[in-house]
Amino acid sequence: MQEMMIAKAKELLGSGAVNRVLGWKTGEFVYDITPAVFTSVEELEKDFVYNDFCGNNLSKYLIKESRKEGKILAFLKPCDTYSFNQLLKEHRILRDNVYVVGVPCEGKTDGETLKAKGVKGILGIRTEGDSFVVDTLYGEKTLAKADALPERCLSCKSKKHMVYDELLGPEGEVLDSHRFDMVEKIEKMTPDERFEFWRGELSRCIRCNACRNVCPACSCEKCVFDNDASGIAQKAAADSFEENMFHIIRAFHVAGRCTDCGECSRVCPQNIPLHLLNRKFIKDIDTFYGEYQAGEDTTTRAPLTNYDPGDVEPSIVYGKGGKK
Amino acid sequence: MRKLPIDQLSALFQAIAEKEALYIPADDSSGQARFQRWHEGMEMTQALNTVRSAKDFFFPQTENLVDFKLKGKEIEVIDPRTEHEDFVVFGVRGCDARSFTILDKVFLAEPVDTYYKSRREHGTIVSLACTHPEETCFCSTFGIDPAAPEGDARGWIEGDSLYLEALTEKGEKFLAAVADKTSECGDEAVRAQQEKTRDIAKKLPLHELNLTGFNGENMLKLFDSKKWGELSQACLGCGTCTFVCPTCQCYDIRDFNTGSGITRFRCWDSCMYSDFTKMASGNPRLTQLERFRQRFMHKLVYFPANNEGEYGCVGCGRCLAKCPISMNIVKVAKALAEEVR
Repeated sequence: MQEMMIAKAKELLGSGAVNRVLGWKTGEFVYDITPAVFTSVEELEKDFVYNDFCGNNLSKYLIKESRKEGKILAFLKPCDTYSFNQLLKEHRILRDNVYVVGVPCEGKTDGETLKAKGVKGILGIRTEGDSFVVDTLYGEKTLAKADALPERCLSCKSKKHMVYDELLGPEGEVLDSHRFDMVEKIEKMTPDERFEFWRGELSRCIRCNACRNVCPACSCEKCVFDNDASGIAQKAAADSFEENMFHIIRAFHVAGRCTDCGECSRVCPQNIPLHLLNRKFIKDIDTFYGEYQAGEDTTTRAPLTNYDPGDVEPSIVYGKGGKK
Repeated sequence: MRKLPIDQLSALFQAIAEKEALYIPADDSSGQARFQRWHEGMEMTQALNTVRSAKDFFFPQTENLVDFKLKGKEIEVIDPRTEHEDFVVFGVRGCDARSFTILDKVFLAEPVDTYYKSRREHGTIVSLACTHPEETCFCSTFGIDPAAPEGDARGWIEGDSLYLEALTEKGEKFLAAVADKTSECGDEAVRAQQEKTRDIAKKLPLHELNLTGFNGENMLKLFDSKKWGELSQACLGCGTCTFVCPTCQCYDIRDFNTGSGITRFRCWDSCMYSDFTKMASGNPRLTQLERFRQRFMHKLVYFPANNEGEYGCVGCGRCLAKCPISMNIVKVAKALAEEVR
């Protein structure tokens, strides 16, 4: 696939159809890949990579990139296309300035996920069928791919691209993902247990803002938490609940717009399962307003920004255990 | 050198904890290691290092500096500090142990930061030699020997024993306090382990990272490099690298209105943030490129230029492991190397 992508990029750069290419760049090791914009054939040949470690969602970069001169070729994975569509719907990406080439994804892992499985001192990784064979300073280790993928890929919602100008590889399908299993488990907790669960998880937060900054739904020019004049800008929490509030407010703000790409949980240095907050909202929206997947299209009105006479009545919310 | 059977480790921790607060690296509920106050039953982590560094002990993420209480037209100024308890941090790796030397240069230089100093005086560092360094490690670039870490005392776990050795007066005191748990021994086992670890260290992929030319003389050449654009291109502007870094020491001081007065606190800040060093005229670094450049110029050029060549990095590799876009000091140093050689 990598060769096909480089060939496609060269072709479009060569014909002048695009003047830049958004993709992934190799690093020091096999897994430390950085999103990058390529402008020449030499750069592509030297550094362009597409492998099992290209997990970064590239769509958010297109907010800025699509405002630069000329057209950019963007290689998007199925996940990324949901974010791309959602950003189009929010008028954040200029569609005419992007040529989208859909690329297949069989799940992306990363160094941290492999290390959590007990791998130390990674020197190289090769994929053999359904396994990763990891060459380490301390010998070779084989891991089944299914065990070495992060949660977001194990509960992948779709291998189908929601938008593209051209597709490389076969068209995938929307999957039955079981992605709400953990949400259901948390729903079954008593309120006290649930409170303890989240207090425990969120207590590890160091407010690095990585979750917010990577999130394609967090595209405000100036976040309220960075705005001195807002009166709620936080660099330090006044008490232990304030840290929690940041995440809860963020989850509310992206509700109905979060496509569940899972970048928040991927980047969290403290392994906080932030995606579960968003999934709870997605599940509730599905329940109360009918199935809705953000990023599936660019034209429909989202349940939370629309009024419909059939909208859920408060009595139904009460019936689901909501408070009067 | 003293030793103790490893199955007596809990008894050792118990003995320390009876006298003063003890912190060890232990796994948290997410399966990652962090320094935690030891209690009975808590086990040391198998991980090489903690996610957050050990700097937190001396330079916590937030702390109150002074309280102001208003009574009519009177303002009472209150020092909120209470006497620190003595504490031991056990299991600090060589990289973090060196980071204290770097932090000392900032906080103990005139005017001395008394908040930091007081914690330093009350803390005893017992470091622990590495045996299984990771590919992200590059402490040797800074002359750190992972097999012989610095600290007040240091230890090696080899076979079924923990070996301990004092390096400072505080370390002597620490060893004396647990003398009844340990016995005098030779250092053959430790030396054999060190040799093995040093062999592994030589095979690390970043072993030969070379920082020649990163100094004050090349400051402008490095500052003006065209490479910064490409290097900072994908940076998210988050603070992950700065917050997991054992040597990042920038902070902000702010006032919190309590309703009946003011609490003045300081908290970690990140040069990657858009409001870092914001002043009346705004932020002097308007773009992410400038903020990104500041972080690496500080560590690789400004700090050594002002501190006899000591870099503001210890090669712990945390930023390599944790950056959401995998951009880090190693990639920056390699990309800029050609500018100065």
